[in-house]
Amino acid sequence: MSEHEYVPKSKAGKWFNDRLPLLTLGAHLTDYPTPKNLNYWWTFGGILTFCLITQIVTGIVLAMHYVAHADLAFASVEHIMRDVNYGWLIRYIHSNGASMFFLAVYIHIFRSLFYGSYKSPREVIWIIGLMIYLLMMAAAFMGYVLPWGQMSFWGATVITNLFSAIPLVGDSITTWLWGAYSVDNPTLNRFFSLHYLIPFLILGLVVLHIWALHVPGNNNPVGIDIKKPSKDTVPFHPYITIKDAFALLVFMIIFAGFVFFTPNVLGHSDNYIPANPLVTPAHIVPEWYLLPFYAILRSVPDKLGGVILMFGAIFILFVLPWLDTSKVRSAVFRPIYRQFYWIFVLDVLMLGYVGAMPAEGIYLVLARVGTIYYFAHFIIVMPIVGLLEKTDPIPMSISEPVLTGGAEPSLARKVNDKV
Amino acid sequence: MIKFNIKLLVLSFLLLISLRPLQSAEMIDPIKVDWSFKGLTGTFDRASLQRGFQVYKEVCASCHSMQYLSYRNLGEPGGPEFSEQEVKAIAASFEIDDGPDSQGEMFTRPGKPSDKFKSPYPNVQAATAANGGAYPPDMSVLVKARKGGANYIYSVLVGYEDPPPGVTLDDGVYYNKYMAGNKIKMPNNLMDGLVEYADGTESTVDQMAKDVTTFLAWAAEPELEERHRTGVKVIIYLILLTTLVYLSMKKIWSRVDTEV
Repeated sequence: MSEHEYVPKSKAGKWFNDRLPLLTLGAHLTDYPTPKNLNYWWTFGGILTFCLITQIVTGIVLAMHYVAHADLAFASVEHIMRDVNYGWLIRYIHSNGASMFFLAVYIHIFRSLFYGSYKSPREVIWIIGLMIYLLMMAAAFMGYVLPWGQMSFWGATVITNLFSAIPLVGDSITTWLWGAYSVDNPTLNRFFSLHYLIPFLILGLVVLHIWALHVPGNNNPVGIDIKKPSKDTVPFHPYITIKDAFALLVFMIIFAGFVFFTPNVLGHSDNYIPANPLVTPAHIVPEWYLLPFYAILRSVPDKLGGVILMFGAIFILFVLPWLDTSKVRSAVFRPIYRQFYWIFVLDVLMLGYVGAMPAEGIYLVLARVGTIYYFAHFIIVMPIVGLLEKTDPIPMSISEPVLTGGAEPSLARKVNDKV
Repeated sequence: MIKFNIKLLVLSFLLLISLRPLQSAEMIDPIKVDWSFKGLTGTFDRASLQRGFQVYKEVCASCHSMQYLSYRNLGEPGGPEFSEQEVKAIAASFEIDDGPDSQGEMFTRPGKPSDKFKSPYPNVQAATAANGGAYPPDMSVLVKARKGGANYIYSVLVGYEDPPPGVTLDDGVYYNKYMAGNKIKMPNNLMDGLVEYADGTESTVDQMAKDVTTFLAWAAEPELEERHRTGVKVIIYLILLTTLVYLSMKKIWSRVDTEV
């Protein structure tokens, strides 16, 4: 927060601002002191906001033409693709937009993991972020069901059946979720309703996420606390806005490449076959962004165990700020953790890969090894490395890299290069 | 260290994406055809689309429906682009069920351009029963609904063979080397000279298979040409705007001592 109180220049502005301090809020957002050394991994917050707004706007238009009925949904999507003016464009932006949204959120999350942005005093930002991520997965899953193709139907069947693993009440819960005795028209209807609701819940959480961010201010690549405002900060506008705009435009070029030139490459061809409860596809696979969790689910021979591990894989992230024992935030100064970080990234990518493969032979072995390592990273590596690791010297500030320990001029340059 | 690892990360991700098509290795790869609609600026071959429609109408349409297409689509830009007169004539050659009229009676009338393509069977069950228990799939989005797309459809059409020794086939089942499981209930319907092309092109099996596949590719993605054209414009625009914003960013950040 800026120190000085904002006073509007015009009389009308002052009158309004005294009653609802929107102008003060605007001034705060404009002046918001931001670390000047943020790199491009920090531009994904803005990109994600763009993704959310894009999904909401295209989604509202799609909902004007879509029919949530088991007999009509598939045909209504084809109606959008063929008869609605630019319907193909709106739908392809929406369907590819989901993938771009997840691509951006994964970069955002892994950036946080690398630079320790989840650590004190930013735990609440991190937890709200995870809640957003959970809601994103729910929204994406339900959205994938709406075209009522084969993968929609069978994906919905597999995922809703997970709840039947709950002891005693599992079957009742599953029937309650379906609103029927199998995935059917009532399921499609409620999924549509929830798919429309969830993005607005996400929007609310995004406001809280940013609010919580503006209390301690941004973390930064060096990971140290900085004085705000100071020589280490720049005002959010125009410095960060222009940088975010540049990064967003680069992102949009990639996004447009998918939408206009390979709009179906991230989807599954089976979803252009209308849902048929009597024919099961050879391989039921979720969308790419859920594959690592799908691999964890299938790596356990026991259904309930698989479900627990799959949800555990996400919920363990909620306690990450307390599993990480290191006093140093940024992995730039943590030589050991940095190695484990990249192993973890590869582990998640491998889980995603085997999640797309049939659960047999070498893939099952890899899935099991990957799953064990996933949990070991959080439960064993994070606490132990944090305690034992000898971290590199940390600069006192961003502008003046005065080092704790042996002050060595060449090291200052080295630090800057690394960041 | 970090730079190297980011490269590794990107490479792994690309590997992940590129390996996904390996999911079902039991099928042999379809023949790769150099379609005119491939690539960033690909367009459909108009004459091939018109011939393909003829093959569809005279051969495929006796079993396969295309329920999401209307006759008017045949005259729209980016498609076969039949003239208005031709579209009206094509539509009128079909008897369409309509009604009820003011007396509550159903009736038939000649088709209009606004009508959907007439289906050969009244429902899926009738289509299945008439084809030995195998439903001939609706072909509106068939090219998008099969892995391998146009290449796969073309390959199946030219992939009929005598079964290898040791493979016995039931009555009404045929051997096709590109079909999953190699067994298909659709007989080989294409033979040289089967249709008489209006434009005089020789109707070999290969020619007909290519033409009808082109037609089906358009049917599945009638927006393809407009999509490609718009895409090129959008990306050029975005690159120009990105350049301007990049220069502005450099200018603004030159006021502070940090590289951006």
